Amino acid sequence: MPANSQQEKIKEGSWREMGLTDEEFARVKELLKREPNYLELGMFAVMWSEHCGYKNSRPVLKLFPTEGPQVLQGPGENAGVVEIGSGLAAAFKIESHNHPSAIEPFQGAATGVGGIVRDIFTMGARPIALLDSLRFGSLEGEKARYLFGGVVGGIGTYGNCIGVPTVAGEVFFHPSYEGNPLVNAMCVGLLRKEKLARAVAAGVGNSVMLVGARTGRDGIHGATFASEELSEASEERRPAVQVGDPFMEKLLIESCLEIIDKGYVVGMQDLGAAGLTSSSAEMASRAGTGIEIDVSRVPRRETGMNAYEVMLSESQERMLVVPRAGCEEEVQRVFERWGLTAAVVGRVTDDGIFRVRDGEQIVAEVPVRFLTEECPVYCREEKIPAYYEERRSFPVESLPEPADCGSVLLRLLSSPNIASKEWVYRQYDHMVGINTVVLPGEADAAVLRIKEAPPLGLAVKTDGNSRYCFLDPYRGGMLAVAEAARNLSCTGAEPLAITDCLNFGNPEKPEIFWQFRQVVLGMSAACRALGVPVVSGNVSFYNETRGQAVYPTPVVGAVGRLGDVEKRCTQGFKQAGDLIFLLGPLTAEMGASEYLSVVHGVEAGEVPLVDLELEKAVQEVCRSLISQGCLCSAHDCSEGGLAVALAESCISGGQGAEIEIDLAAAESAQGKNLPAVRKDGVLFGEGASRIVISAAPSNRAAVEKAAREAGVPLLFLGYVGGDRFTVKLKKDGKESLVIAVPLTEMTEAWQGGVSRWMEQ
Amino acid sequence: MNFGVVVFPGSNCDADCYHVLKEVFREPVEYVWHQESSLKGLDCVILPGGFSYGDYLRAGAIARFSPVMAAVTEFARQGGLVLGICNGFQILLEAGLLPGAMRRNQSLQFRCHYTYLRVENTDTPFTNQFSPGQVVRIPIAHGEGNYFADAPVLAEIRKSGQAVFRYCTPQGEVLPAANPNGSLENIAGIINAAGNVLGMMPHPERCAEAILGSTDGYLVFASLIHWWQRRNSRAS
Repeated sequence: MPANSQQEKIKEGSWREMGLTDEEFARVKELLKREPNYLELGMFAVMWSEHCGYKNSRPVLKLFPTEGPQVLQGPGENAGVVEIGSGLAAAFKIESHNHPSAIEPFQGAATGVGGIVRDIFTMGARPIALLDSLRFGSLEGEKARYLFGGVVGGIGTYGNCIGVPTVAGEVFFHPSYEGNPLVNAMCVGLLRKEKLARAVAAGVGNSVMLVGARTGRDGIHGATFASEELSEASEERRPAVQVGDPFMEKLLIESCLEIIDKGYVVGMQDLGAAGLTSSSAEMASRAGTGIEIDVSRVPRRETGMNAYEVMLSESQERMLVVPRAGCEEEVQRVFERWGLTAAVVGRVTDDGIFRVRDGEQIVAEVPVRFLTEECPVYCREEKIPAYYEERRSFPVESLPEPADCGSVLLRLLSSPNIASKEWVYRQYDHMVGINTVVLPGEADAAVLRIKEAPPLGLAVKTDGNSRYCFLDPYRGGMLAVAEAARNLSCTGAEPLAITDCLNFGNPEKPEIFWQFRQVVLGMSAACRALGVPVVSGNVSFYNETRGQAVYPTPVVGAVGRLGDVEKRCTQGFKQAGDLIFLLGPLTAEMGASEYLSVVHGVEAGEVPLVDLELEKAVQEVCRSLISQGCLCSAHDCSEGGLAVALAESCISGGQGAEIEIDLAAAESAQGKNLPAVRKDGVLFGEGASRIVISAAPSNRAAVEKAAREAGVPLLFLGYVGGDRFTVKLKKDGKESLVIAVPLTEMTEAWQGGVSRWMEQ
Repeated sequence: MNFGVVVFPGSNCDADCYHVLKEVFREPVEYVWHQESSLKGLDCVILPGGFSYGDYLRAGAIARFSPVMAAVTEFARQGGLVLGICNGFQILLEAGLLPGAMRRNQSLQFRCHYTYLRVENTDTPFTNQFSPGQVVRIPIAHGEGNYFADAPVLAEIRKSGQAVFRYCTPQGEVLPAANPNGSLENIAGIINAAGNVLGMMPHPERCAEAILGSTDGYLVFASLIHWWQRRNSRAS
């Protein structure tokens, strides 16, 4: 048992302040067969927090398929890794930084980027792309604008400095995120397969080095803070938000990749949530070893820090490195060259104990597995929320049909959820590295060339519609995966795997846990059907303010492979006279659409059901046509439906289009009757598995043949050209002009949708 | 032609410049570490984009004190070719190798997007492959690109044709609407009076290959190589 000056008996209830329940505290005592001291209690509290221990989510996460021939590393490490060909692999992961960003948006978001980047180079991969999935309250609110501006500024400042391009992502605004914005950052790295590194503290007797920034008092109990609901008191947690130093991160990227490349490293782990405590425990746990850390050897930036503060600090830009025996000096030399100090702070032991010393004194002594494997797991109660049936059965057909669909289109194009996000991505360096061959806004996903193995390319994208998930979490989960994969397919890339960030409210509430489990079930079904395993991810619970949860928000980060990046496809129409088709079914379902929300102020109705077999076929046809060079453009129909997808292809390509939707032709293409369809449903409904494609007239036969052979409905819609976007609807032999809008007017509406709020 | 690409610890476009010279132009190129004090054997030194030493103070303010900058200053004094791109331009200003200074963008935000530039002077080692007045498309990515010089310096720059690139509209008009950062007189790049040191905020290395969407940046490097070859053939 450790003896030290901080050994005074812990105060009654102090575990509760640290986030442990009475039962959990009892369990700690039972495991140790004694009372923990204050430091040990702190270590248990952070390791058993939801953030580190996944105690509420672990059993549910087991539902995800995680295997496939392409998978080199599944969940459990710092990032997932998939093979991409030519001896190369991609490492990627997404992570949340929601709570810090809610109270200190700039630094909260910046350090979120820093953390996910470290997860990637820890695997031996050079970070080559960042993506950000953001959720805020309505831009009409001043607070939301402040948070949005700060978060975008923080992401840009950090990513721009370290030289990793921010190439894609999405932003969605909804009142449920008013007090609790979501900031999910994803990083993708590239490595040679044989250089894959792991975060293990192996090799008994090996030294453990701490490198990077000095340790301060910032961020103590950040992991605990991330595992509770936000409230007025959260403002007091501001000191629990760390401050980022991107220049230090850049030095770490270069030096750590250098020592991995030279073969000097046994294991490496970044210090994220719960700092030195969790990084040491996790490294030892993976290796099945023990670890000893001497806090007196940890370089500090503040005086008078005690062992507790050193062990729980979340100071950023720090790495724990276990060098190969005999390579310590070489490792020191590399760090020195980059102007970094590396201190030997401990060693790997064989007793399975996590021992903390302060010089000669032992100040904590806990078996590693108590902190990791023994973390309690809860299977929470589930209950279908009261709103579910009511919203689902809402008679959307009772809503009035709009007289002027042209003005509805313009309203949708200027809705911040659909409008151009140029205001965001122009603040991010999205080109550094000279790999970005499809820039933000040009397609449904960003595409990077792989200079190391031309003509190989990667497509990357994040996606997740929380309105769908709120109204029907199972279908919403399916749609999130299907859409992310479809986005990749629209560039010609074959989806390889996904990472996910699951943002939910308080899992102790049965309704929230029901949402969580249903979303995971839906996602898993789509992952299985589409052959895209989950290789990494993160769960963020307790996204609530004043008891109100955010909409359930799974964010799917998808990575796909293009065998020949020269054959990539973008969303803009290219050439007047090109033919426009809808690949996939013509539908008129309006439920859960952006249209209902923006125009009718209704968030209800049935969420579109994905036919996974059809989804798969639609994506395959799209990819195959792109690889044969038959398509000029491809664009996914999502928020805003068919009309918005067509309009966006017009805007991106600077081309007008003349469209005629013939319902009789659609019925015969789909082999079924379309009962009493409404024009707003056809134009703005968000049915799944649909892609707007365009092709040169000479490729018409090839397009029709591919669709026919795959059994995928294909509907000819019209022609590219002119300076207007017109849509005629042909129904029962009668034709009516439903949209006629000048291209300039659409472009203006779409371009100003976000910036008009932010540049007032 | 022997190129050297300077690597400060926070440089992040060093590898991009290196790639273009090695893979696109097949010219000999080496990295020059910021603690080097000699540039022996080099014909052209490139100061790449990035955040040299973090640039928390003012872009390039610390880099000018690095050992390599003493060497670059001497190299330039002897007539060596120096190209500073983005952060490299900022460092050249701080080091006094080019006149004027950089302020934060007028928007106070970072800006990354393609810009149109008018090539104002093609009689330089860096621009001889452009045609006079040519409008080119080259991207920017910076937070401090708002060029400033006092009136006498600006008058001198104007008079001697030292403003080599100006931001313009796609039609080539130098208008405030085409200015992405507030630079005086839409200045995007300037050359020293001797004509061997050029600084530019836009990134030519980001558009030197067709796959990246523009090849206009290619011409900057092609100009250097052309100038060098012509000079050497004359010398021999």
